[in-house]
Amino acid sequence: MDLQIALILGQDGITNGAIYALLALALVLVFAVTRVIFIPQGEFVAYGALTLAMIENGFFPATMWLLLGAGVVVTLADGVSAIRAGQSRKVVGIAGVNLIYPLLLLALVWSLPLRDLPLAVQVLLTLLIVVPMGPMMYRLVYQPIADAPVLVLLIMSIAAHVAMVGLGLVFFGPEGYRTSPFSNARFEIGPMFVTGQTIWVILSSLVFIVALALFFSKTIYGKALRATAINPNGARLMGISPMLAGKLTFFLAALIGALSGVLISPITTIYYDTGFLIGLKGFVAAIIGGLSSYPIAAAGALMVGLLESFSSFWASAYKEVIVFTLVIPVLVWRSLTTHHMEEEE
Amino acid sequence: MKFNKALLAAIGLAFSVGAAHAQIKVGVTVSATGPAASLGIPERNTADLMPKEIAGQAIQYIVLDDASDTTSAVKNIRRFVDEDRVDVVLGSTTTPNSLAMIEVAAESRTPMISWAASSRIVEPVDDVRRWVFKTPQNDQHMATAIIEHMTNHGIKTVGFIGFADAYGEGWLEHFRTLAGLRGLDVVSTQQYNRTDTSVTGQVLQLISANPDAILIAGSGTPAALPQRTLVERRYAGKIYQTHGVANNDFLRVCGRDCEGTFLPAGPVLVADQLPDSNPVKASALTYIRAYEAAHGAGSVSTFGAHAWDSGVLLEAAVPEALKVAQPGTAEFRAALRDALENVSEAAGAHGIFNMSPTDHLGLDQRARVMVQIQNGTWKLAD
Repeated sequence: MDLQIALILGQDGITNGAIYALLALALVLVFAVTRVIFIPQGEFVAYGALTLAMIENGFFPATMWLLLGAGVVVTLADGVSAIRAGQSRKVVGIAGVNLIYPLLLLALVWSLPLRDLPLAVQVLLTLLIVVPMGPMMYRLVYQPIADAPVLVLLIMSIAAHVAMVGLGLVFFGPEGYRTSPFSNARFEIGPMFVTGQTIWVILSSLVFIVALALFFSKTIYGKALRATAINPNGARLMGISPMLAGKLTFFLAALIGALSGVLISPITTIYYDTGFLIGLKGFVAAIIGGLSSYPIAAAGALMVGLLESFSSFWASAYKEVIVFTLVIPVLVWRSLTTHHMEEEE
Repeated sequence: MKFNKALLAAIGLAFSVGAAHAQIKVGVTVSATGPAASLGIPERNTADLMPKEIAGQAIQYIVLDDASDTTSAVKNIRRFVDEDRVDVVLGSTTTPNSLAMIEVAAESRTPMISWAASSRIVEPVDDVRRWVFKTPQNDQHMATAIIEHMTNHGIKTVGFIGFADAYGEGWLEHFRTLAGLRGLDVVSTQQYNRTDTSVTGQVLQLISANPDAILIAGSGTPAALPQRTLVERRYAGKIYQTHGVANNDFLRVCGRDCEGTFLPAGPVLVADQLPDSNPVKASALTYIRAYEAAHGAGSVSTFGAHAWDSGVLLEAAVPEALKVAQPGTAEFRAALRDALENVSEAAGAHGIFNMSPTDHLGLDQRARVMVQIQNGTWKLAD
């Protein structure tokens, strides 16, 4: 191994690490606010990438139907409970968000010449389709059992993951897609070259992380989420709706997932079931951060990316083994250094 | 009361009609979902096109999905032999599934025709594998084709990158053995996973070994990743793929980066380019026409053709078996097995089948051609 190879591997590792970092942040956020271990995080990556691929190929994105279907179910569920509670005026708002929005989007997607749109518009459409599924998923899957033990929430996560992978196969078919890169630029820096897409991935991740940090420290919604994460009961007493916090969290998680998918789909082929493994590596990073620390999780994600890249060079057959074995020393170290507190249930 | 009598009569009639037309039952288990879905879906589509009647006997197909899962495949074949009492089992798509099924086939004395590639499914023909046949070419067939092509083009050193699973391992084993015999030097071997998002490390290792050619042993679109990375890193030698990539999705995903790639494949892939003298041309075109008539032009894949070939084998064997016994009996199943073993010169989409008591595949050199990717399509190479 010489310096050049080390540089190339390092670049590769940092690119993947940036994506893992985004996912790890989403996992930490979701767990902190709702106590859900969000296994389907990876599916949002695949849905984002494949929806963009379908739009790019001029097909009608099948995820649109899922959005519409989920919207109908949420409208029914929320509408009925609103009427029962005697707040029939709320129904209009509920239907507006969950039913009218998907229908308008459907009409828009239907009428646009998808293939000829500029890439930025295609990406925007993808996000408009995929991201609202996050809050809807929270409403349908997690909100009814929001107070259940972590284990029950985890089991629901696995169920949601399996359902989303199955639907993914129906929507996108078994074959993978690769979308066209945001930029075809190539920069030669000394002995190595950097592609435009790599720079896009790293910069967008950085921008997104900074934006998240600002959101949590400066905005009222961000502060509300932080408050819920630190002390759910206290936050509720201060008038922060746990339901709103949950939906907002899942909105962010879906946004991060779909955005990651859009960013990496020009670099690698994405299949309907690719998301799980990417999400799992983000999860390893989130575990390194103890499912609570954002900076340690992000650093852990970079470590996972670099470890993966270098182990693929030295011992390609054992790459995954090496990456996932990383969890064991981390868990040992954490269990030795932190004082375990029983969860109140 | 009157109504009840009429109903009973109707039911009786229905049953007697069923009995009068004894039919041949075929159980099909196919991996139409799960990781092998891209192979399984064309196979399931092909099952709808297989002969509905052979020698005056109606054929009933019972098609079940095993989701690329070994346990489900075994469950399916158990159902076929215990509940449906089928005369023959077709499938499954993958090697692990097929290997798990052969015990059940042998135990229930039901002939089985697998659509999976590994030679271990039918070799050696022992007491268990007596009942098992298969239609896809062995990996060895394909590996010899690649090695022949390499030595003919002056290649001395080869790098290898393959899936870290049974497919890649199997190829590595065959390729290494055969390359050793022909004096080719395998200078670097790397592995990766179907789900990997980057193979930069492996590709750097390969390039630093500087081989004349690189063989990528992967199947389906995941085999495009090493190729794209090799091109990105400006590898200048020849690149070979295996027949596992011979579908149009691979061309779509790999795009320009796959120009010039060589691979071995069943003749059905380039059937219209074969010379008229080629014995497989007519039978391969028959399949392509049948499939494309049902699913649209350009939709055909070589994987579905393996399923089609099992129909060809049945068409050749069933008339012989009918001379011995009636469908639905153990005698018929035994006779069908014997007849399958004696199939000779049956022209399928992938080659000419000549079965024997020691060869339950029956394909020869006519079952493969070398193909090159040119302008985004498959071209017959010399």
